[in-house]
Amino acid sequence: MAERCAVIGIGQTKHTAKRDDVSIPGLVREAAMRALDDAELTWRDIDAVVIGKAPDMFEGVMMPELLLADALGAVGKPMMRVHTAGSVGGSTAIVAAHLVQAGIHQRVLTVAFEKQSESDAMWALSPKYPFQPPLVAGAGGFFAPLIRAYIRRSGAPDDVGMRVAVKDRLNALKNPYAHLHMADISMDSVRASPMLWDPVRYLETCPSSDGACALVLASDEAAKRSPRAPAWVRGTAVRSEPTHFAGRNQVDPRAGRECAADVYKQAGITDPRKQLDAAEIYVPFSWFEPMWLENLGFAADGEGWKMTVEGATALDGDMPVNPSGGVLSTNPIGASGMIRFAEAALQVRGMAGEHQVPGAKLAMGHAYGGASQFFAMWVVGSERP
Amino acid sequence: MSEPVRRIKAPVRFEYTVQAGKTLSRFLAGLVEGRILGRRCPSCHKVYVPPRGACPTCALPPGDEVEVKDTGTVTTFCVVNVPFEGQTMKLPYVYAAVLLDGADIPMLHLVNAPADEARMGMRVRAEWAAPGQRKPTLESIQWFSPTGEPDAPFESYQEHL
Amino acid sequence: MPRDVAIASFASLVEPRFDGDEVEVLAPVIGEALRAARLERRDVGFTVSGSCDYLGGRPFSFVMALDAVGAWPPIRESHVEMDGAWALYEAWVALQHGDIDVALVYAFGRSTQGNLYEVLSAQLDPYTVAPLGIDARSMAALQARAMLDAKRCTERDMAAVAARSRGGDVEALLAAPYVASPLRAHDCGPAYDAVAAVVLVAGDRAKQCCDRPAWIRGIDHRIEPHALGTRDLARSPSVELAGERAGVRKAPVDVAEIDAPFSHQEILVRSALGLGPTTRVNPSGGSLAAWPYIVSGLLRLGEAARAIHTGKARRAVAHATSGPCLQQNLVCVMEASDG
Repeated sequence: MAERCAVIGIGQTKHTAKRDDVSIPGLVREAAMRALDDAELTWRDIDAVVIGKAPDMFEGVMMPELLLADALGAVGKPMMRVHTAGSVGGSTAIVAAHLVQAGIHQRVLTVAFEKQSESDAMWALSPKYPFQPPLVAGAGGFFAPLIRAYIRRSGAPDDVGMRVAVKDRLNALKNPYAHLHMADISMDSVRASPMLWDPVRYLETCPSSDGACALVLASDEAAKRSPRAPAWVRGTAVRSEPTHFAGRNQVDPRAGRECAADVYKQAGITDPRKQLDAAEIYVPFSWFEPMWLENLGFAADGEGWKMTVEGATALDGDMPVNPSGGVLSTNPIGASGMIRFAEAALQVRGMAGEHQVPGAKLAMGHAYGGASQFFAMWVVGSERP
Repeated sequence: MSEPVRRIKAPVRFEYTVQAGKTLSRFLAGLVEGRILGRRCPSCHKVYVPPRGACPTCALPPGDEVEVKDTGTVTTFCVVNVPFEGQTMKLPYVYAAVLLDGADIPMLHLVNAPADEARMGMRVRAEWAAPGQRKPTLESIQWFSPTGEPDAPFESYQEHL
Repeated sequence: MPRDVAIASFASLVEPRFDGDEVEVLAPVIGEALRAARLERRDVGFTVSGSCDYLGGRPFSFVMALDAVGAWPPIRESHVEMDGAWALYEAWVALQHGDIDVALVYAFGRSTQGNLYEVLSAQLDPYTVAPLGIDARSMAALQARAMLDAKRCTERDMAAVAARSRGGDVEALLAAPYVASPLRAHDCGPAYDAVAAVVLVAGDRAKQCCDRPAWIRGIDHRIEPHALGTRDLARSPSVELAGERAGVRKAPVDVAEIDAPFSHQEILVRSALGLGPTTRVNPSGGSLAAWPYIVSGLLRLGEAARAIHTGKARRAVAHATSGPCLQQNLVCVMEASDG
């Protein structure tokens, strides 16, 4: 059966629009060194390295694990690179966790990143195949129709998205690593921002960030020697479903529900809203908060938006969602999933600083990708299982 | 002492010759003739437009060819205000999922209607390029335009959302 | 104590150019692999694939291929942007946990859509090397030169590998002109299109799925530094280490499938693995006869397993490589049940 696995080191770069003081290797090394320092380990202590990022065409480096082997101390070690679209940061952490849980390695370094300032993501996402003309630019154009469908189905009031946008940016002010620090964010400023893909406004959209996130995952034995409280992995799950098929529910994908059910079962969660102390979920466009609250079983169908409106998902609410500021405040695409997983771990280690949810013992990290078709989730806890 | 080099631009060019595959090629050839040819999965019996090399849920090769109408219903949409390279419509424009009559899955395309008139359930018809102008691409349908019929009831398309 | 995992089936399609798109070609091959293992889609506990966007020139190629898998109801699935051999490794790891018994691994890639040798230059350091525009064949030629200078092989040795893999007479091959000195055309694997699928089954269940399962007795992979100048190109420490960890030298090897798209690389890897003279190398033709990038390593694993499935080998080794001049390598040792 699976061995225990714990997060004993976490590192992030200060996410920002443009890090032109570091190259790609420099960026990932910065996060990795912070994670090693947190765990009070050196490169030599690491047995294997697993990296993840979004499509190679973003930065134009094909199979970047080859380039990054040196920067990440991987020479002479096993190294892998996971790619599962937007959920990649999460699935990368899961692949790394599996190496420990299978008893193969004692300490695994995992890093996810994106250097968007060195990439042309818009171009990379709109390839010009002659028989498939681009109809719309950007992920927002793809998701906006789904959001419209959710609003229609749930009867949610128009301002729910804006509330999420404000909440997450206010949380980000308490997170020194977050990209956006918008002290003057308000419902008015969000409402006044340009409408990009109706019904999604500019300030309801994630930024484009340079950033990296790293974790050191350890076996039970190695975690015993960890200088700071470990975050124990209580469950991991991934699920995928096809991009586009007849009758597909893209607003409330079954893959998301089943992924959550799997990870909750492993972690002994029957009532996520009651049992989880914090949730870091992948919300790149504001309305995804209420949508995912339903998909993840925090709220009944059509009721997710009520949790937002009630303030339940605020930092001081009964179910804080994205205390870090979330993807809406920081989005180096390849890293975002791992940042969710890392922030969940920070919470249960009691190391989230100003955005700490007091007494958090059990937290969830969630990531999704593609056409809301790839899901990766984990639950971490302060108690050793 | 000169400034350190912070960025370099290193343009790269790769050329690719791509194929549409047998299934899609047949569909695209149909467009040149002004026909929309879907395919039915032999197992789940759903009609896919555009057709796929395998049914996404059943993993089987597509079965019978099914010609669908060039009229349909907008299931959902968004209004695009973001410019991008290669766009054909002036901003703002409507990008929609259109469930063609006879198909079991909406296809994504443009709707030629003022942004404030776009609605879920709107009935539309394909506006084809002139016969001599059609090519084996989805651009043979320039966009969809409202037909003026009453909107389709929500129940008729809600399973496609 | 690692859980026993076997390759229960292998199916592939390798062609100079596919007629059809990835999904059309991949779906039947996956179906064939499952049928050969006497399994259905719903028996699969985990699916992992390997592919590379740069081969086809568009991002998210693995997403489009998912239509070939029939991922409904939703499946537990993952993907590496690496050769399918590493997807197989991930599947092997997942099977170690004990909660599932069956994993499906597949890889697909159409190396013929672009110019493969040129496209591979995108793997190089983007700041200092890629802008020089060095293609993969030229990189390999640097390594061949290093091997010749270190007297680890001769051009005749290289031609002999080519003759064995692709046919032809050694003297005639040596008379051909260089394409990138010291490489001749026959020393370089041609770009191909391919899809491959492998079914892994753990424990006793493997015996129900296959008459002669190819049991994985050891599997390991290692990476070397990226910059060519920091490596001794005439040796492969990563193959040596991975081979040692996988236990290659524990017993004689009947068949070795080596992922060497350039002839001198087969010699180098063979030596690094310590294979004896009685080992049959690349009876399938290897990556020198056909080089479908991102699938070639998984094909080597599949072909080695096939040698065991068909009773042609009791103990087989498979090797997969990634990166310029064998930068990263995976080695897998397989045995028949009583091997």
